[in-house]
Amino acid sequence: MTMIFGVPFAVFMGQLMLGLINGAFYALLSLGLAVIFGLLKIVNFAHGAMYMLGAFATLLGMRYLGINYWAALLLAPLVVGLFGMVIERLLLRRIGHLDHLYGLLLTFGLALIFEGTLVNFFGVSGARYPTPEALQGGFQLGFMFLPVYRAWVLLAALVVCLGTWFIIERTRLGAYLRAGTENPALMQSFGVNVPLLITLTYGFGVALAAFAGVLAAPLYPVSPTMGSNLLIVVFAVVVIGGMGSILGAVLTGLGMGLIEGLTKVYYPEAANTVIFLVMILVLLIRPAGLFGKEA
Amino acid sequence: MTFIKKTLASSIAIAATAAMAATAQAEISDGEVRIGYLADMSGTYRDLAGPGGLEALRMAVEDFGGNVNGAAIEVFSADDRNSADVGASTVREWIDTRNVDMVAGLVASSVTIAVTRVLEENNGFAIVSASAASSITNEHCTPNHIHWVYDTYPLANGTAKAIVDQGGDTWFMLTADYAFGHALEGDVTRVVEEAGGEVVGGVRHPFPTDDFSSYILQAQGSGAKIIGLANAGADTVNAISTAAQFGVVEAGQQLAGLLVFLNDVYAMGLDTTQGLLLTTGWYWNMDDEAREWSERYYERMGRMPTMVQAGIYSSTMHYLQAVEATNSDDPATVRAYMMEQPIDDFFARNGRLREDGRMVHDMYLAEVKSPADSTHEWDLYEILATIPAEEAYRPLSESQCKLVQN
Amino acid sequence: MATTQTLTPTMERQRRANMRRNLLYIVLIAIGLVAPFFAYPVFLMKVLCFALFACAFNLLLGYAGLLSFGHAAFLATGGYVTGYLLASYPALTPEMGIIVGTLAALALGTVFGALAIRRQGIYFAMVTLALAQLVFFFYVQAPFTGGEDGLHGVPRGELFGVISLRSNLAMYYFVFVIFLIGFAIVQRTVHSPYGQVLKAIRENEPRAVSLGYNTDAYKLLAFILSAGLAGLAGSTKTVVFQLASLTDAHWHMSGEVILMTLLGGVGTLFGPVVGAGLVVSLQHLLAQGALGAWVGPILGVIFVVCVLSFRSGIVGEILKSYRKNFK
Repeated sequence: MTMIFGVPFAVFMGQLMLGLINGAFYALLSLGLAVIFGLLKIVNFAHGAMYMLGAFATLLGMRYLGINYWAALLLAPLVVGLFGMVIERLLLRRIGHLDHLYGLLLTFGLALIFEGTLVNFFGVSGARYPTPEALQGGFQLGFMFLPVYRAWVLLAALVVCLGTWFIIERTRLGAYLRAGTENPALMQSFGVNVPLLITLTYGFGVALAAFAGVLAAPLYPVSPTMGSNLLIVVFAVVVIGGMGSILGAVLTGLGMGLIEGLTKVYYPEAANTVIFLVMILVLLIRPAGLFGKEA
Repeated sequence: MTFIKKTLASSIAIAATAAMAATAQAEISDGEVRIGYLADMSGTYRDLAGPGGLEALRMAVEDFGGNVNGAAIEVFSADDRNSADVGASTVREWIDTRNVDMVAGLVASSVTIAVTRVLEENNGFAIVSASAASSITNEHCTPNHIHWVYDTYPLANGTAKAIVDQGGDTWFMLTADYAFGHALEGDVTRVVEEAGGEVVGGVRHPFPTDDFSSYILQAQGSGAKIIGLANAGADTVNAISTAAQFGVVEAGQQLAGLLVFLNDVYAMGLDTTQGLLLTTGWYWNMDDEAREWSERYYERMGRMPTMVQAGIYSSTMHYLQAVEATNSDDPATVRAYMMEQPIDDFFARNGRLREDGRMVHDMYLAEVKSPADSTHEWDLYEILATIPAEEAYRPLSESQCKLVQN
Repeated sequence: MATTQTLTPTMERQRRANMRRNLLYIVLIAIGLVAPFFAYPVFLMKVLCFALFACAFNLLLGYAGLLSFGHAAFLATGGYVTGYLLASYPALTPEMGIIVGTLAALALGTVFGALAIRRQGIYFAMVTLALAQLVFFFYVQAPFTGGEDGLHGVPRGELFGVISLRSNLAMYYFVFVIFLIGFAIVQRTVHSPYGQVLKAIRENEPRAVSLGYNTDAYKLLAFILSAGLAGLAGSTKTVVFQLASLTDAHWHMSGEVILMTLLGGVGTLFGPVVGAGLVVSLQHLLAQGALGAWVGPILGVIFVVCVLSFRSGIVGEILKSYRKNFK
């Protein structure tokens, strides 16, 4: 058998594939964070909780309302997105004029509330969400067995990431958004409703997290704490990519998935830590992240 | 010569202290029996003990009549948040300000080890029901605690041995990278090799891990017949669900969950877990006595009890009986009495308390049912075999406990 | 003395304020001295350790404007080093163990500080978070920490080889003295010319640079000092509880100290003490009460309420209303 750095070629390729899939997850989550940071300048510590809420909306929707996976794919992000808009309107707006660190602290508090409350109702063991029938089974790729559902996650995440990128870079709405990021006061004077834009942006960013939550529901047990450990990893991804950079978030997400995948083969104990090492190195060499603009 | 002198001297000393204890402590201190329940009430281990364990403890106190020889039984509880210093400081405070007589629950091994140290220094007493580490009655044993439900030793002994006997002789270990995982991995490796099998590879994953796909792929690449899961709780759940997605079983490999609780299987569902072999200290549906108690529990909690929750009831009952019989809540007196009594109830069969503090009792090898065989939502296990009490646990001859003379 | 004649009205006011302040200190110290006779000493020691930790954190956030999200690393380093030394070398006295633990945290702070202070705002917070995660990983892997099981059996020992710390009361007074020393260091630092420059940097760094200050050196020194004091808190805590565990190294601990400081009042001397007292009491009460399982959400609500309407924290709000009504 061909070996790569002491690992069979098949295993090596399989690991790259899985790393890419995890990377797609990171990309989706960090994209939402980056969009929010770009306009609101808030580090959304509640992002992990929103991802969790997306998964819970999917689970509970099926359990109590009979909503299937495909409908949930649309409805869960919508519901969580609206919920996010309410939060923005009622809470975040009131501290918009303050140091951005307050936004970080406020959302941190919100995350504690959401997670803690759900723990009291659903416990922590997590519930399983069935893989939708159309996506069961797997492909035999030769070097590995790839479950259809994982392939679908990769595809769906990439399509949504590209779609978001397209909206922001190529449409009028996106142009407003970018302009709002650069100079909100000027936009306001041009008659653009900036507060509304901010509300929509937060809602959209949160909806992306919820979408990732729906994708995650059949993969991981749906539990109230599913987002909290993922959160700081995704932070690291956004920081490495350059805060607020859309392209940076997506590419870094994929890249970090690959790096983490390889770490799992060569030094598995450090799989949760490697990303922070990369972050420190990147920030020391490029202070604004790989794709960020120097302030 | 010196040996005889030493034994003589020590036996005199023991007799003297026992006599003193009997005269000085033949009463229940300050007219109340105070039981403190310490467990993870909000984190990872909430569902296996948590609020359900507290309810089981309360049931035991109610069934006992609420008092021992006229001394009222008081129950209080605290959340240790899986933190050794929170646990240790809570128990220290219970000793200093509330005069706690017995600490029950005790989940995370780190908390348990910290708490038992405090109890040993202050001559308190604890019954450990939920911790897995076998070191609790081995190198960390104290005269001030006993360990009730299970530990890592029979888990390896039961599951691993049964699997090798069935022909699963090559193993790949998925190990949680901390002391508990390492200990379990060590126990399994020993059992597998003794039974003529071989551990061909393994990977140590960070604790906790969400995504197991990479490790499952490595396990598939190893060609081992059995993938042993030396982890617990959410990690085990994640590993098993991921293995199902990657068609591990269809491809001819089998999983061995070494520490799997009823709530884990319930959470994952039978689709994912069917055919899984596991070792358990007790199962709610194993016979009439167990069923009868479990149904009472179900009425109060809306869930079936785990072996830990049942064990908390069982151990509290035995403790209260010992307090009643000796009319004392002195740790040494109560423990000595408990060691004399055989333990046979709805929970423990052929049970006895050893001098290292380990309560040995029959353990069971179980298989998770297929969805077709299951008649209702909590009908999850099929008991395949009984592992006799005396074979299940680490023999005293291998003990490093300071209370055991080897 | 004839100096009173030369006092200007401003100096006179200053003198009165100093007197009031000194009186306040004396009253508080007196309260601290009698407290263990009214409350449970171990609980008070826990409050003092976290109060010191929060004061250390506040030195950085409140006076240098740097939000560290990795202060747990210093708390844990102090704790583990002290715990390991005291548990392995019984001849070592507790104060020696604490000094070495503090120095270790100080050294780690120097390295972290040198790397982190080159960044600002969110980036600073993220670099400290990342560095603390590496430290966490190290403590999970390093054999001497006992990993998840924790480091147990640290003896309290005899202070200076003479005074036994086994009794909670003796231990309490020792911790109280350590706390006073730590607090005095913070107080002196804040009121020194160095502290003034630090505040100037917090308010407007470019201006401080243009005035010729080497702002990086000032910030680095603040970081090192803060890390050392956090280490002192961790070392002391380990001696009190006789154990060190991963809880102290986890990033949640870094979040908790932010909550304490924010609740009490960022940039006030007593704020972190009040905040630590409140958070520790709250956790303590909730953990043992019927609301045990609701600790997380309740802390979350406090966070949100603080940010929305109590940004100066409890002490900050009191100071504000005091200034409004009495000056």
